[in-house]
Amino acid sequence: MARAQHPRSILQEWLPRLVLAPSFAVVLLFVYGFILFTGVLSFTGSKLLPDLTTWVGLGNYQRLFNHPNWWTALANLGIFGTLYIVICSVLGLGLAILLDQKIRGEGVLRPIYLYPMALSFIVTGVAWKWFLDPGIGLEHVIRSLGWESFSFRWIKDGRFAIYTIVIAAIWQSSGFVMAMFLAGLRGVDNEIVKAAQIDGASNWTLYRRIIIPLMRPVFLSAFVVLAHLAIKSYDLVVAMTDGGPGTATWTPALFMQKFTFGRNEMGMGAASAIIMLMMISAIIVPYLYSELAGGRRT
Amino acid sequence: MAFLEIEKLEKRFGSVSILKGIDLDIDEGGFLVLVGPSGCGKSTLLNTIAGLESVSGGEIRIAGKRVNELHPSRRDIAMVFQSYALYPNMTVAQNISFGMEIKGVPKPERDKAIAGVSETLQIGHLLDRKPSQLSGGQRQRVAMGRALVRRPQVFLFDEPLSNLDAKLRVDMRTEIKRLHQSMKRTIVYVTHDQIEAMTLATKIAVLKDGVLQQAGTPAEIYNSPTNMFVADFMGSPAMNLIPATVNVSGKSPALDIGAYGGRTMSLDLGASNGMLSKFSGRPVMFGIRPEAITDPEGADRTSKNLITAECFVEVVEPAGSDTFAVVHLGGKEAVARLRADAKVVPGTVAKLAFNLDKAVFFDPETQQRIA
Amino acid sequence: MTATTQQTAVRTGALVRALIYALLLLFAVYYLLPLYVMVVNSLKPLEEIRQGNMLALPRTWTIEPWLSAWSTAQIGVQPTGLKPYFLNSIQMVVPAVFTSTLLGALNGYVLTKWRFRGADFVFTLMLLSCFIPFQIVLIPSARILGLLGLGGTVTGLVLIHAIYGLGFTTLFFRNYYEAFPSELVRAAMIDGAGFFQIFRRILLPSSGPIIVVTVIWQFTNIWNDFLFGSSFSNADSQPMTVALNNLVNSSTGVKEYNVHFAGAILAALPTLVVYIVSGRYFVRGLMAGAVKG
Repeated sequence: MARAQHPRSILQEWLPRLVLAPSFAVVLLFVYGFILFTGVLSFTGSKLLPDLTTWVGLGNYQRLFNHPNWWTALANLGIFGTLYIVICSVLGLGLAILLDQKIRGEGVLRPIYLYPMALSFIVTGVAWKWFLDPGIGLEHVIRSLGWESFSFRWIKDGRFAIYTIVIAAIWQSSGFVMAMFLAGLRGVDNEIVKAAQIDGASNWTLYRRIIIPLMRPVFLSAFVVLAHLAIKSYDLVVAMTDGGPGTATWTPALFMQKFTFGRNEMGMGAASAIIMLMMISAIIVPYLYSELAGGRRT
Repeated sequence: MAFLEIEKLEKRFGSVSILKGIDLDIDEGGFLVLVGPSGCGKSTLLNTIAGLESVSGGEIRIAGKRVNELHPSRRDIAMVFQSYALYPNMTVAQNISFGMEIKGVPKPERDKAIAGVSETLQIGHLLDRKPSQLSGGQRQRVAMGRALVRRPQVFLFDEPLSNLDAKLRVDMRTEIKRLHQSMKRTIVYVTHDQIEAMTLATKIAVLKDGVLQQAGTPAEIYNSPTNMFVADFMGSPAMNLIPATVNVSGKSPALDIGAYGGRTMSLDLGASNGMLSKFSGRPVMFGIRPEAITDPEGADRTSKNLITAECFVEVVEPAGSDTFAVVHLGGKEAVARLRADAKVVPGTVAKLAFNLDKAVFFDPETQQRIA
Repeated sequence: MTATTQQTAVRTGALVRALIYALLLLFAVYYLLPLYVMVVNSLKPLEEIRQGNMLALPRTWTIEPWLSAWSTAQIGVQPTGLKPYFLNSIQMVVPAVFTSTLLGALNGYVLTKWRFRGADFVFTLMLLSCFIPFQIVLIPSARILGLLGLGGTVTGLVLIHAIYGLGFTTLFFRNYYEAFPSELVRAAMIDGAGFFQIFRRILLPSSGPIIVVTVIWQFTNIWNDFLFGSSFSNADSQPMTVALNNLVNSSTGVKEYNVHFAGAILAALPTLVVYIVSGRYFVRGLMAGAVKG
C-alpha cells in the first residue's frame, strides 16, 4: 500500500522490514563485513594485532604457498577429505541399504548408528585418542590377550597419525550419511521397484541399475556436507593430536589458528582463512545455485 | 450510483501488468461473479477489493467512499477463501469470533453473535471442534460463518466451492444463493466454473488477460456475447463457432457453409440479419449454441427463423435428458443438442433444424461481435 | 506408507538375511564401542586401566573419577573440576539459543508472509552465511568483542553464537513458513490482526515442530562448539568443550584416563539426553540443515 497516510499504517507497512533489519544488519557486518576485513588483513603485514599500514600485497599468499606447514595442511586435507567423504558415503549407503531390508529392530539400530553425531568433536577426540593410544588402548588390549607382538601406534607416528583422525571422523559422521541415504531410499517410488522386478531384475541388479542411480541427489548432498565438515575440521584434530606428532596432522583450519593466535602471524592467518573460504565457496556456491534454480518454490 | 465501483483499476508487478484498466460496478444487494480462465486476473481483482493487494492505479469505492488506502479490516468487507483459511489452532467458535476479539468486543456480545451465526448455518454442534475435525462441507460452513458474523457491507468469495466434491458443490451453491436472497448484501464472487457464474450471479464479469471482456446479466452474457472469447467460454457444451461466408445474391442474405462431401450448405438468414449485408462475400464466424441445432421435431416453435438442413452425423452421445450429436459443419465439428429419443444414427446424414434467432456472428479478424 | 511397502518389495533369502543381521549388529558394536569404553573406564581406578584391559568391566567399581572430573580435577591451573565450566556452557547456550530462535522465527515470518522487494536478496545473503568457515571471522570478531569490552566473557560468546546461528534459524523457519498457507494470514488481516498479532496468534501456535527442531539444532551446535569457545574465552569463561580439552591435554602431571572419560561423558551428556529424548527432531534438523534451499 504505497500511499498510506496514517502514521499507524506507515508503521504497519514498515514494521516487517524493521523487524528483519537488525538481523540483516548484524549478518552484513559480522559475516560480510568481517570477510572483507579479513580479506584486507591478508594483504597486510599484521602480526599480533591488525595493522593496516604495512601493505604487502600478495606477500602473505606467496609466503603461505612457500611454507612447508601449509603444504602439510593441504596434503592432510586431501587425504582426510578424500577418505572421509568416500568411506562415509560407501558405509552410509551400505548401512542404509541393509537397514532398508525390512529389518526387525531398525528402531533400535538406527539411533545407535546416529548418536555420535550428537557428540562434540572434542568428546569423540578424547574417546578415540585414548582408545588408539598404544599405552592403554587397542594395542595394550590385544597384547594382554596374548598377541605380544601386536603393534598399532599410528596415532604416535607422523606418517599415519592423520588416518587415526579419519577413523574417528568416520565414526562420528557415517551414521548421519546413513540416515540421509535411508531417507532417499524410502523416497524411491515403489512402483519402479515392482516394475523392475517384473522385468526380472535380481536384487543386485535392482540396486545397481535402478535404485543407486536414483540416489544421485543424496550423494551430492552428502558430498557437500562432508566436504564442508572436512575443510572446517579443527576440533577433532586439536582433541586427538593437536596437530602432532610435530606438524604431521595440521589441517588448514589448524594452520590458521596456530599462525594467527600462536605465532602472531595474523596476515598469513588471514590469508589461509581466505583460501579456506575459497575452497568452501567452490563447493557450496554451485551446489546452492543448482538447488535454488532447480527447486525454486512460489 | 452503484454500491461497489471499480474505476480504471491497474495492477502491475514490476513490468508485468495483471489488471489493465478495469471499469466495473455492482449495485447494492447485487451478486457480481468474476469469471475467466486461470491467470486472467480475477483473483487479483478480488484481492485488491479486499485490500490484500495494493493497486498500481485507479480507484475502488465502496458506498461512495474511496477505500484504496484502507486496511482490509477497515473496508467493512468479509472474505471466504478457497482453502477456507480456518485457523488450525482455534476452535470453530474462536475462528468465528477472532475478528471481534481483535476489535475488543466483550465476550457476552461475541457469544451472542456466534450463536446467531451458528443457527443460520446450522453449525451449533461444531463450535468446540478444531478445523481438523471437520469435513470439507463443514469447514466451508464455518468459513462462511466467520464472514457472516462480521455483518459486512460486501462479501468476497474466492472460489469457495472448488475444494468440494461435485454433489456438495451443488448443495452449497444453492445455500449461498439462499443466503444472498435472505441477507440482501452485496457479494463479489470469483469462480472459474461458468455454471456457478450463471446460476448465482445477478451480474457476470468475464475477464481475460487482465482485461474485462464483458459485464452484464447472465442472460446477456449467454445470449449476446460481445466477442468470440466470451461466446466460447460461457456455456457447456461450448457455443459452436463455424467459419462461413455471407452471400447476398438472393433476396435476403444467406450464409454459405462448407458441408460434408465438398458441398456447400446455404442457410437463409432472413431479413432480421440485415447487418450482415455489409460483410457480403467476406468470411465471418457463425456462432450457434448446441441447443439451437436440434432435430426438427424438437425445434423451438416460437422461433421466427427456423431453417432445416442436412448434416453428416459422426458421433452420438446420449446424456439421458438429451442426446448430443457431433455433426460436420463447414469442415468443423459442431455439437447439436437433440431430444433424448431423437432417431439419429452415427455415420449417416440427418435433417437438423437451425434456430437462427439465436445465431450470433463475429468478425474473425477482430473477434468482435458484428451481428 | 511408502516405507513399509518399499521394504516388502525387495525379497531376500534366509541365509542372506542372517548375514545382513550379522553385519548390522557388527556395526552397532562399532558405533557403541567408544561409548562403552568411556563408561566402563570412567568407573575404574586408574591403576586398573593402566594394567588391565580397556574393554573389560571394572573389577573395582568406583565413582571417584566422576566426582573428581566434576569438582576437583585440575583444569588449567585451578583444581575446580568441570563444574564451573558446565555452568558457563549453560549460561552461554540458553540465551544464545533463545535469541537466535526467536529472531529466526521473526525473520522467517517476514521473509515469507511480508515479502518486499529485495527479500530474496536478503535471504540469499543470510543463507550463504551458514556456510562460511568461521576461521574467516575469528580475527575481526576478537577485535569487536574487545572493543565492546566483551572479550573473554560468556556474554561475548552468547553474542557470537546468537549471530552466527541466525542464518540457520532463519533458514529453518523460512522453509517451514513457506509451506504455511498465506490465506490464513490474509484471513487474519481481514479480521483486523496486526503484524505481531498474526505472528503470535496464527503462526506461532502451529510452529511447535520447527521450534523443537531449531532449538535442538542450535543447542547441539552451540554446546558442542569448540572454535569460538577456545578463541574468545579466558580461564574463567571457558565453555565445557574447551575445559574438557584442557583437562585431557594438559601436559603436566599423571594422565588420569578415568577422569578424562568421566569428563568426556559429562560434556556429552546434555546433547545425548536431547538426542535420546527427541531423536526424531534431531534427525529432522540434521536433514534440514543438510538439504538446504
